[in-house]
Amino acid sequence: MKMNRMASSRRLVPALVVLALLAALPQLPVPPFWITLLNNIGIASLVAIGLVLLTGVGGLTSFGQAAFCGFGAYTTAVLTTAYGFSPWMTLPLSLAVGALIALPLGLITVRLSGHFLPLGTLAWGIALYYLFGQIDLLGRHDGIAGIPPLSIGDYRFMSGSSIYYVIWTFVILTALAAQNLLDSRVGRAIRALRGGGQAPEAFGVNVARAKLTVFVLAGVTAALAGWLYAHMQRAINPTPFSISMGIEYLLMAVVGGAGYVWGAIFGASLVLVLKELLQRLLPDLIGTTANFEMIVFGALLVVILQFARDGLWPLVLRYFPTNSAHKVSPDASQLARRATPPGGTPLIRVEKARKTFGGLVAVNDVSFEVKAGEIVGLIGPNGAGKSTTFDLITGMNSLSGGRILFEGKPLAGRSPRDIARQGVARTFQHPKILPGMSVLENVALGAHQRGRGGVLQSILRLDRTEEAALLAEAMRQLERVGLAEFKDRPAGDLALGQVRILEIARALALDPVVLLLDEPAAGLRYGEKQELAALLKKLRGEGMSILLVEHDMSFVMELVDHIVVLDFGTRIAEGKPQEVRQNPAVIAAYLGGAA
Amino acid sequence: MDFTIATFLIQDGLTSGAIYALLGLALVLVFSVTRVIFIPQGEFVAYGAMTLSFLDNGKFPATATLLLVFGVLAFLLDLWDNRSRLNAPILLRNVGLNLALPGVIYTLALVLAPIQAGAFVKALLTIVIIAPMGLYIYRIAYKPLADASVLVLLIVSVGVHLAMMGLGLVFFGAEGLRARPLSTGMFSLGFLPVSAQSLWIYGTTIAIIIGLYLFFEKTLLGKALRATAVNRLGARLVGVRTQLTGVTAFVLAATVGAVSGILIGPITTIYYDTGFIIGLKGFVAAIIGGLASFPITAIAAIGVGIVESFTSFYASAFKEIIVFSLIIPVLIWLSITVTVHEDE
Repeated sequence: MKMNRMASSRRLVPALVVLALLAALPQLPVPPFWITLLNNIGIASLVAIGLVLLTGVGGLTSFGQAAFCGFGAYTTAVLTTAYGFSPWMTLPLSLAVGALIALPLGLITVRLSGHFLPLGTLAWGIALYYLFGQIDLLGRHDGIAGIPPLSIGDYRFMSGSSIYYVIWTFVILTALAAQNLLDSRVGRAIRALRGGGQAPEAFGVNVARAKLTVFVLAGVTAALAGWLYAHMQRAINPTPFSISMGIEYLLMAVVGGAGYVWGAIFGASLVLVLKELLQRLLPDLIGTTANFEMIVFGALLVVILQFARDGLWPLVLRYFPTNSAHKVSPDASQLARRATPPGGTPLIRVEKARKTFGGLVAVNDVSFEVKAGEIVGLIGPNGAGKSTTFDLITGMNSLSGGRILFEGKPLAGRSPRDIARQGVARTFQHPKILPGMSVLENVALGAHQRGRGGVLQSILRLDRTEEAALLAEAMRQLERVGLAEFKDRPAGDLALGQVRILEIARALALDPVVLLLDEPAAGLRYGEKQELAALLKKLRGEGMSILLVEHDMSFVMELVDHIVVLDFGTRIAEGKPQEVRQNPAVIAAYLGGAA
Repeated sequence: MDFTIATFLIQDGLTSGAIYALLGLALVLVFSVTRVIFIPQGEFVAYGAMTLSFLDNGKFPATATLLLVFGVLAFLLDLWDNRSRLNAPILLRNVGLNLALPGVIYTLALVLAPIQAGAFVKALLTIVIIAPMGLYIYRIAYKPLADASVLVLLIVSVGVHLAMMGLGLVFFGAEGLRARPLSTGMFSLGFLPVSAQSLWIYGTTIAIIIGLYLFFEKTLLGKALRATAVNRLGARLVGVRTQLTGVTAFVLAATVGAVSGILIGPITTIYYDTGFIIGLKGFVAAIIGGLASFPITAIAAIGVGIVESFTSFYASAFKEIIVFSLIIPVLIWLSITVTVHEDE
């Protein structure tokens, strides 16, 4: 812990300076105009932090965050003006409304591919804006005035420089909460969404749930911003909750740096200060007054995405070297482990598995078995149905006929995540790692299902014991496969051979009974293949069972205990490597001879 | 319900539905070929309508100047991109495409604007001014990002939309404009009066749909576009120039946008920001078509138009709310029926 503090002190100093400056600002002779601007920046930052989580980290996008602000603002406006609630009492209610609206809207899009969510938010962002303007309870287009200010005891936060402290306290707390969340089990799952598609399911992450979590969180931070806005302005109307504001919030997140929590505050400051300047300067340049800043904003968005896709915050960070190394505590508690089945127990039984795509029979009544403690190779020429068989076992594809048993229980109808939880871990032919995440965290993702820390625990740091155990487990697996020295490197820095071994470490972090490796040697150099073979033999020695799909015959022949040969979806041979090598059908299939 | 009112509403819905259909088709076309969700589609509608209205008043359309600006930008970008291998053919092509073409169009507009040519000359001139913008927008904003994710391209689209809308404000002002119809006059179909303009709208929409069909079915370029839509990498491997198909999709989209603007300009007052909302209604139709199906998009667009015209009669305050909420049941339906959905 001490080491950790020292390492982060280089960032702590500038952070404390900024904090002191923030606190002192309203006491200095700063024109009230700037205080108002800072208040607006604070409120926008809250929305932008939510968007950073959603867009930058989770890879989802919403244009409709302004509408969530509206829900937060209108909730407190109605309850305080019409029903006499105190502003502090409405805070949890405003947040709850934000969450309750986000939940169904998120539910209907999380299963669809990425672009339906932003398009959906665009459409309902507009619909909700018009709706705010049509409801009598919400004061229609005139909105609601006379909202009481926040107060503590007799002190009322009326002036801009007093509510400034409330706003920025919330901003800093929210940013810290977001930061804590990202550095946790749930945060890793959200970060894994960027890997795209269903791959994270195979190492135990519930993709739909992670998407929903981050969407709801973004809705809640936007509602918080709305609640603050209502008590700052003390009068609201639909205008600040329109789609153009929603687009502006997204601009802030992108400009700041879509993957960085503090970048959200940076982006909000940049956009709002720029807007202020443009609104003063442009009319002099062009000669008329209108919202010309949108031309600049639009061009800015295009240029930033073309030249600095990670936003401008990384450019700032360059001057403040960060230390992202994770300390792995050697005395962390161990995660519970599964019992290793005794050697020779049947683990996976494939019985007449069949898969058809239309008229094409990709897998034709294939049967074989994987026993505990052995390495089974599934080989065959291109298009033989190896990968499809693999996808059938891991639940990525559904059976058309036959059945597949794992430890005697049928796997059909189970999701990839569920199959992973049973103890079947896999790697991918095209490695699915998260290049920006450290090697250690990539492996920790594999242990996802062995922890249970949720959003609230992560934000409040109540998950630290479990988190230490997860990281220690990841470290153990890295040591097991020999990648320990790379633990803090971004996974994207590794060579292909190392990436494949990283995937194996991640699969091992699931504490699996069986490892399924999809072409682990593809694209590797000779030396790398040797290392891989040595690793797999070592794992077998430790009692691990392995099924691998492979092209490289010599790699397979010297490694495996048992071979299954497929050709055109049909099993043409099975047996020990020596027997299969002599089999005329196999020779014909590989050499194309008319045997 | 009054039968006469109903037929009026249906006719009104068909008219706007036909426009939404054109826009929806353009959006599906651009998305399937380039993976760009083309939010600025509506801006072409506004540009088209406003250009026509300027020409109607004998004024020089500022869009021609804008085209020149876009051309110069594209010229500079091309120059920068080819700085290490600058030779005569490349330079010539660059000058021809990015400077000479907009220059000629600009001169044409300069000559034709004050002489009040016929309605069709004006309409044609409008198309000629707007269509090449598709080319330059693609070159300036999207080409450097051709391999980016759908999400990045979508955010870029929003940037292009903001910039184009802002430029519309600069060049046309905040006042609403209305163009003159291509031909005036009313027919009566039995008891139902039909304006000549709406006949133009129906006819043009049908002609464009048939034209697109023939283009995709009968021409090599059209087939290349379809190939790109099915599989970008595969198309590239068999020799399709995906840059070219991308440009073609954008120029088609700009053309369709300009035509829609010419058609809708005389029946609605167009402001600099009207295009966005009109374009988004095309999106509602395109989303119903899953951003993939041309026929479903076209039918859905007619449905959107009819729903809109009925709600504007019975609950006009809730018109936009209902139209934009139409996608919610669609998303629910897609979400339930979808199996495993892989992102790219």
